[in-house]
Amino acid sequence: MSSITHHVPDAMLAAYAAGALPQAFSTVVATHVSLCPECRAGMEAHHGAGGALLEDTPEATVTQGTRDAVLALLDMPFVPEPVYERRGIYPGPVAELLKGQPPQWKTLGMGVRQSILSETRDGSVRLLSIPPGQAVPDHGHNGIEMTLVLQGSFTDETGRFAAGDLEVADETLEHTPVADAGETCICLAATDAPLRFRALVPRLLQPIFRI
Amino acid sequence: MSDPRTELSQQTEWMLAVRDRRDRQAFACLFDHFAPRLKGFVMRSGSSSHQAEEIVQDVMLAVWRKAASYDPHRAPVSAWIYQIARNRQIDLVRREKRPLPEEWIDDTGSEPDASQILAVEQEAGHLKAALARLKPDQREMIEKAYLGELTHHEISTMTGLPLGTVKSRIRLGLERLRHELKALEP
Repeated sequence: MSSITHHVPDAMLAAYAAGALPQAFSTVVATHVSLCPECRAGMEAHHGAGGALLEDTPEATVTQGTRDAVLALLDMPFVPEPVYERRGIYPGPVAELLKGQPPQWKTLGMGVRQSILSETRDGSVRLLSIPPGQAVPDHGHNGIEMTLVLQGSFTDETGRFAAGDLEVADETLEHTPVADAGETCICLAATDAPLRFRALVPRLLQPIFRI
Repeated sequence: MSDPRTELSQQTEWMLAVRDRRDRQAFACLFDHFAPRLKGFVMRSGSSSHQAEEIVQDVMLAVWRKAASYDPHRAPVSAWIYQIARNRQIDLVRREKRPLPEEWIDDTGSEPDASQILAVEQEAGHLKAALARLKPDQREMIEKAYLGELTHHEISTMTGLPLGTVKSRIRLGLERLRHELKALEP
């Protein structure tokens, strides 16, 4: 766990702590923080800054009715929010999107598989499974792509990424991640725009494969 | 030397009384301290007075119900409440649940470490002082950032902010987490 070397950029961590990060990226940050004490400490420090501002905020009068209502509700039974436990290599936030089930993999060719966890017009979250030695097809992206390794490792032009490591790539990065020898590399990937794959899947087929 | 525990802030004492003894009077004190600030805070990000009262009600109930996950070794009360408030407000506005990390509760059964709790409070004090020293326009940017009104890209272009102070909080928090990690090792 302490071997993580690629972390959440601080501005992203601050945006996540403040709730300003898009849902797809928030999923990846929440998953990385689940694995990384350093980024958890960073997140909590940003909560500290938010808390200091909260302490300093000019007061607005709260009605007696709200105060009475809260005090009266203290003894009411309540259903705690469900807690999703880590399932194997899938931390809580991923287990939640999987609804406690194993991923439903779809083949993309060359042994590469994906499982789409969520997809909205603001972005997508998916699991990618890449066999050892296999390249994720050369792709550029519109916007930002976050890739968090959950199992195995990959190497691209910028370095090596092992379990827990996070790569944040913007449109200026044209990279070819290759899964290292050993275990199948499983990643959690989020984008705020569709990927543009160059090989493997022609762009025309993107709507069909939803990548 | 006096008992260091008596030096803890009132808010921390109240919160510990709520967590450990389900002390309703202490909760009422927390409510009277934080609810008006929370309402002001929430209204700054555009909620109406009515909606803000609803969020305040939600957040303060969550403070009571989730008290077990409050850890004074890691965060001052205000930080813990800030995080609950952001979650509630986002869930309400976006109508979808914000992804949260797995909880990490220190259940290693270790005795409370007053010096660590005080160090956390001290760092919070430094942070507050650093914020007070900001020029008005910087202060406004920081407020916008922590009200969730800036994108991460906008935050990354901010300069001259008390990030050094945030960093020292990170070191402190990391020490604690490493300590907990060690205690969890077989």
